[in-house]
Amino acid sequence: MKNNVNREIPDQILNDYNYEGFKSAEFGNPEIQRVAPKVTAQTGPSKIVESVKKVVADTLEDGMTISFHHHFREGDYVFNMVMREIIDAGYKNLTLAPSSLTNVMNDIVVEAIEKGTVTNITSSGMRGSLGDAVSHGALENPVIFRSHGNRARAIESGEIKIDVAFLGVPNADEMGNANGMNGDTAFGSLGYALIDAQYADKLVLLTDNLMPYPNTPASIKQTQVDYVVKVDEVGNPDKIGSGATRFTKDPKELQIAQMVNDVIVNSPYFKQGFSFQTGSGGAALAVTRFLRKAMIENQIKASFALGGITKPTVDLLNEGLVERIMDVQDFDKGAASSMKNSPNQQEIDASWYADPANKGAMVDKLDVAILSALEIDTNFNVNVMSGSDGVIRGAIGGHQDAATANLTIISAPLVRGRIATIVPEVTTVITPGESIDVVVTELGIAINPKRKDLIDSLSKVPGLPIFSIEELQQKAEKMVGAAKPLEFTDRVVALAEYRDGSLIDVIKQVKD
Amino acid sequence: MEIKQTAMAGTLESSDIQIVLSQGSNGIEFDLTSDVMKQFGDDIKQTIEDVLKAFKIDSAMVKVVDKGALTPVIKARAITACQRALDMKDQPQWEVL
Repeated sequence: MKNNVNREIPDQILNDYNYEGFKSAEFGNPEIQRVAPKVTAQTGPSKIVESVKKVVADTLEDGMTISFHHHFREGDYVFNMVMREIIDAGYKNLTLAPSSLTNVMNDIVVEAIEKGTVTNITSSGMRGSLGDAVSHGALENPVIFRSHGNRARAIESGEIKIDVAFLGVPNADEMGNANGMNGDTAFGSLGYALIDAQYADKLVLLTDNLMPYPNTPASIKQTQVDYVVKVDEVGNPDKIGSGATRFTKDPKELQIAQMVNDVIVNSPYFKQGFSFQTGSGGAALAVTRFLRKAMIENQIKASFALGGITKPTVDLLNEGLVERIMDVQDFDKGAASSMKNSPNQQEIDASWYADPANKGAMVDKLDVAILSALEIDTNFNVNVMSGSDGVIRGAIGGHQDAATANLTIISAPLVRGRIATIVPEVTTVITPGESIDVVVTELGIAINPKRKDLIDSLSKVPGLPIFSIEELQQKAEKMVGAAKPLEFTDRVVALAEYRDGSLIDVIKQVKD
Repeated sequence: MEIKQTAMAGTLESSDIQIVLSQGSNGIEFDLTSDVMKQFGDDIKQTIEDVLKAFKIDSAMVKVVDKGALTPVIKARAITACQRALDMKDQPQWEVL
């Protein structure tokens, strides 16, 4: 069948995996039955286990689903430590269900696939050697990609049933009270891991920093934890978050940021108490700086900033320009270390952040979202998953979730090297065009034709060139030439879900 | 025309292309690596071949490392490589340009 973003989804996939094709970004008000985890009661004085090896042996069986978080990002030691024990112990047919997979995890996952340890994966995304292996058909069953909000939904509904969660934390006491804010390897918000803590049947905490009981503030509570393992090091503090954020000097990025700012400031949403989410890229950080100036000049304060947080956003909080930060993860040290001293920097879990199957998620209250893209097509559909060669090298992250904001802006250069960013048809649809309102490139902007109100208010802005999305696509093609279409085999290697659990696209094996 | 000496033009910076021309024995043979091989590999070969033809070179070994260069850059590097290989860099071939 063809779904509502015009992607051909093989019927066999729909039948085999019990999917419906993507219909609309509207979630509606369905009644949903959630699942509950199995609890093994204990009253002992301590949950300390002496080694990872022992805890793996005590909890794991073939065919189980295991999970991890990615808050340590490229500084993660926990994933490799646990997977090493699991592979060496000879486990088979496991489903790997982490919140996402960072580059430091790639090689051991490839090994686990080759040895039959891991036979199913669901993740926000993947890159590098792992993305390459999966795109070349290394895994028999297709990978399932879910957004951060959708992962929370799938866990709550039981579509992902976590048997054992292995969560690294920068501090914990002997009973498992833990947070992400204190210790040498602090990463700030535990947002994504909190869902695992709530729904896993067995929860194992790994820490290099045992604290006196009771350890507070406790984001993960002893009521949820089965085992605590003391390890030498959970991560490399230098690689957990990028260091001090430097503002871009790239004239192209600054030009894009200036225009993004013009779009926001001249939209009907730039008013007292507005809310916004920006990403961590160079242009997004520059937008924060332009926005700060505009907020001061117009005496406008934001009610909250949402999502992945960086130091420049924390600076806005400290200056009183933003009332609250609703923090699901922290991208740099400045953001990670400020949480413990700032009651207005609130830790939120992935469900609160972005889950559509909820009694209300933060993204539903979001006015402005600034997001990036690998590709955008002339129907405004966005790809953040497949690279220009068709190989998986990205992550959905919160893209689909935040794109439901009142004003969703995609900021991207018109071309990257010889690769056009705006194309007739994206390789993989991740976020549907109906969610996207404005595309900003260094040459000018394109407004989704269904947003007549934005066309009206932005047409009057001096120095803001407006084109149709087709015109931008043609400008890009004139610059780089017409690319030869990528070739794929018929074999499906990955499924991209929309945030409601329907299928928005499939990714096929690349032909080399 | 006959290639007189092995010649190189271009760098390995992104958005540039490095072309090395040397004597061939079997028509025009390519050894191409490119960041955008799948999408533009054929296009890059065609662009370089057209320049070689304009210089009336019909036998050459062409080693190319492309870092995503745009067509005008590829042409310019190919022209320079040809002029150097034919030892005529002091005599610009205006009709080729």
